[in-house]
Amino acid sequence: MISREEIKHIAQLAHLELDEKQLDKFTEQLGGVIDSFEKLDKLDTEGVEPTAYTVPMKNIMREDKVEESYSQEDILANAPDKKKGHFRVPPISGEE
Amino acid sequence: MSATKQKTVYETVIGLEVHVQLKTDSKIFCSCSTEFGGAPNTHTCPVCIGLPGTLPVLNKKAVEYAVKAGLALNCNICDYSKFDRKNYFYPDLPKAYQISQYDKPVGEDGYIEIEVEGEEHKIGITRIHLEEDAGKLIHEGTIDFSTGSLVDYNRSGVPLAEIVSEPDIRTPAQAREYLVQLKSIMEYLGVSDCNMEEGSLRCDANVSLRPKGQKEFGIKTEVKNMNSFKAVEKALSFEVQRQKKILDSEKKVVQETRAWDEDLEETISMRGKEEAHDYRYFPEPDLVPLEISREWINEIKEDLPELPRVRKKRFIDEYGLPEYDAGVLTDTRALADLFEDAAAAHNEPKAVSNWIMSEHLRKLNEEELSPGESKVKGRQIGELLNLIEDDTISSKIAKDVFEKMFITGQDPEQIVEEEGLKQISDEGQLEAIIEEVIDENPEVVEDIKNGKDKAVGYLVGQIMQKTKGQANPQKANRMLRENIKKD
Amino acid sequence: MKIYEMSAGELLDKKENGELDTEDILNAFRERIDEVEDRVRAFITVSEKEVSEELAEMETGGELEGIPLAVKDNMSTADMETTCASKILQGYNPPYDAAVIEQIRKQGGVIAGKTNLDEFAMGSSTENSAFYPTRNPWNLDHVVGGSSGGSAAAVAAGEVAAALGSDTGGSIRQPASFCGVVGMKPTYGNVSRYGLIAFASSLDQIGPLTRNVEDSARILNVISGHDKRDTTSVDREFPDYMEFIKEDVSGMKIGVPREYFAVDFDKEVEKTVKDSLEVLQEAGAQIEEVSVIEPEYALAAYYIIAPAEASSNLARFDGVRYGSRSAAEDVSSMFTRTRSEGFGEEVKRRIMLGTYALSSGYYDDYYLKAQKVRTLIKDRFAELFSGYDLLVSPTSPSTAFKIGAEKDLMEQYRADIFTVPVNIAGIPAISLPCGFDSQGLPVGFQIMGPHYGEGAILQTAYTLEQKLNLEQKPEL
Repeated sequence: MISREEIKHIAQLAHLELDEKQLDKFTEQLGGVIDSFEKLDKLDTEGVEPTAYTVPMKNIMREDKVEESYSQEDILANAPDKKKGHFRVPPISGEE
Repeated sequence: MSATKQKTVYETVIGLEVHVQLKTDSKIFCSCSTEFGGAPNTHTCPVCIGLPGTLPVLNKKAVEYAVKAGLALNCNICDYSKFDRKNYFYPDLPKAYQISQYDKPVGEDGYIEIEVEGEEHKIGITRIHLEEDAGKLIHEGTIDFSTGSLVDYNRSGVPLAEIVSEPDIRTPAQAREYLVQLKSIMEYLGVSDCNMEEGSLRCDANVSLRPKGQKEFGIKTEVKNMNSFKAVEKALSFEVQRQKKILDSEKKVVQETRAWDEDLEETISMRGKEEAHDYRYFPEPDLVPLEISREWINEIKEDLPELPRVRKKRFIDEYGLPEYDAGVLTDTRALADLFEDAAAAHNEPKAVSNWIMSEHLRKLNEEELSPGESKVKGRQIGELLNLIEDDTISSKIAKDVFEKMFITGQDPEQIVEEEGLKQISDEGQLEAIIEEVIDENPEVVEDIKNGKDKAVGYLVGQIMQKTKGQANPQKANRMLRENIKKD
Repeated sequence: MKIYEMSAGELLDKKENGELDTEDILNAFRERIDEVEDRVRAFITVSEKEVSEELAEMETGGELEGIPLAVKDNMSTADMETTCASKILQGYNPPYDAAVIEQIRKQGGVIAGKTNLDEFAMGSSTENSAFYPTRNPWNLDHVVGGSSGGSAAAVAAGEVAAALGSDTGGSIRQPASFCGVVGMKPTYGNVSRYGLIAFASSLDQIGPLTRNVEDSARILNVISGHDKRDTTSVDREFPDYMEFIKEDVSGMKIGVPREYFAVDFDKEVEKTVKDSLEVLQEAGAQIEEVSVIEPEYALAAYYIIAPAEASSNLARFDGVRYGSRSAAEDVSSMFTRTRSEGFGEEVKRRIMLGTYALSSGYYDDYYLKAQKVRTLIKDRFAELFSGYDLLVSPTSPSTAFKIGAEKDLMEQYRADIFTVPVNIAGIPAISLPCGFDSQGLPVGFQIMGPHYGEGAILQTAYTLEQKLNLEQKPEL
């Protein structure tokens, strides 16, 4: 079972803010889902290689060729805040 | 019981993490230019600003460069390598994860050999891996009161090789020499400019002390923000002393990240940066794995140049150069190539070395150019020295010719020809000028005849002046004396 | 037959023999949208272009010339907002078209609009849309399934001739099943993901939702292919999928996974599916019971892998470059507030689950374990496909349930039990309607094949479709 404190810590890592009610709800719900993962222990995976890619491929690369970039205007078009060709964000206080 | 307590002798343990910007034309995962500078957010596209739906495509050159660097650092190149996501939030990181390599880097288990104060050291390299650079932040307002930050993603996605050393470094001077060697190797390979001031080489250090003889490591601090080789040495010296003071007063070093402050000349705590960090690495599902085949590695191997330490040794053995000269000349590949080209054209290596180390380096310094940026070719320097040797020009004129060569890149013969700088050795021509000078200075001639030998120099000076320095001074001197004696 | 009831194939035929022109077609579907969209709410954005404008811009001579298609709103379009049915992306206008959109446009297809979905494709009912749920054209009180619910509903309601969806754990097949249309998830890597806003990168795949099997083959022809911008897209010779549109299953060896039918699910669904198995058998297919890894394991692996990848894929929604931003004093609080206000509850839940599965100390127990289970499942499928051409099962344990039905989380997640193993193994599968339950709601039949086995799947699905010859249409 996952603890409320753990849920709080995970929320912090994910940059999500949960109110008290949500914390309770998530602790219970996610606890249930995570507990259900235990059934995987029934499968013997000793010596089994993990699969990250279902269709095996390798070495797909491109040549080192420069192509035209997008215009500054297009790049900044969706920016919530911008200034002098930059994206603008609130001050970075302390550490992330 | 004895009251005197032996003061503990500490050993310094340093490991370096170096980020080297790879000199590809395009970014590691998209086709935007890697060029330094440019208006903000103009070398960007949906991929490198992390627009939803975009996917990375790996730049083959970046892999080749990393393999090349790995080979030059004596690493084992891994036949299976893959990319992973390193997850953390920061405004300069457009996808909120950095594509990096976690457990399957390009290369492992290498080393760099360094020499400090006559002693040889072998510094282990744990790994070399590829990753992408982040964007650049500009802070608005003052240090104490920031009003916001501006983000430029031009640098986002520039390929980096991260080179992690073993904790084998024992002094700040060794750390500096390690970096000098590393830079030199990268420069030889042509994979990076390694310019610390421009940020194409960045270095973080892990520093700890332990009682001499103890196996376990002491508590370490991570030192960041060192922007030159000198700063690395200074920052590490400071940090070693700081930790020593703490340990001497029987306190504990706090494990933390500290930033070097160039103005205050001290390291400053960055307040428990890592407490919230959990990077949640996992295999990057958008990139397929790499299999670096033996054939590919061999192909890259064949392309490897002779590396600086080997070349230095050869310069001593083959050209008979002093160790100092060989060291300076092999510091950069361009300079070493220049020397060898010059020595091929002029068969006196020491004379060539002297010219390059005095005249050529002085000009590079004056013009603030790197050896690779000069217009002068090695062959031309050799030819210039040939012209001195066969008396076509004097060494004094040669310096003027070199100034011109340096600016225009022209051959020395051409400059000498066009500007009529050839030394006058023709006896008939010289004789006429000598007659003139004797006629104009009867008193001086008289003085010489009366044994005032020093006055000869004055007359030779007059000859040089009339010929704009082109008269062969030795010949002029001899002929003048003969002329006066003859009278 | 009304124009809006026709398949793309029928429309193209009518154009060919001069009975219809593109303008007639585009107008008919426009009118249909005006007529039913208020009730169905399949779309988030309907193209605002005039029909004349569409005609002027349209490429001519292509395979889909003048055919109106709807696209799930998680595929980037340069001329329409792309929201993923999330408040965090409201107002976001991508500066580029997704690869599939380029392909559709190149073949003369007309993008009629962007369809509703469960926010960021997370869900099985389209109720998780931040805007509104889409209603099932067969019964407006019922859900459409999800997450490609808007696309399935738009096809079922005759608002478009065909649509594109994306399938991470069943998100094309399950809504197709609920809405009585054909939905196909191709082999992982068959269709470029470039421009598809990622949910779980190693599972996501784009595919068609159509009125019939033939149209699925037709659209698959257009969207399949190597794309150098997506390094997980395969570089191979792609067949002409239309060649598999023939009635013939003689000698086809079809496995029926015992463990799927051992799952506790709707009896009417079971019966309808079993009846279809008999139809296939009568048509000459060889049907045998086989044993697979119990689908519960794939489900558990899925609910580790998909949220883990999602937690990373959705981290970029931080209010810096695009999308919504909530005001805050400093950048870190801005991230937190933007994300807390911008994401809906289910998205938060999955981000949390994924963050947990990847977090320090848990990676080996969850993510790595799930990836190893994935190997077992993939290998077992491969082994089966060395002896069998195809496997079949129900698409969903139930037919479309009521909007707002109370379900606990585990129960909700179990809706994907028959579809998820396909994504875990990266194999292709189709869902086609095979009948109706007693409420008149469609039942879906799933056919799964080996990697690149789309051909046999289409051929078998087409044969079953022809034999069943279901003619019911939703009344709206």
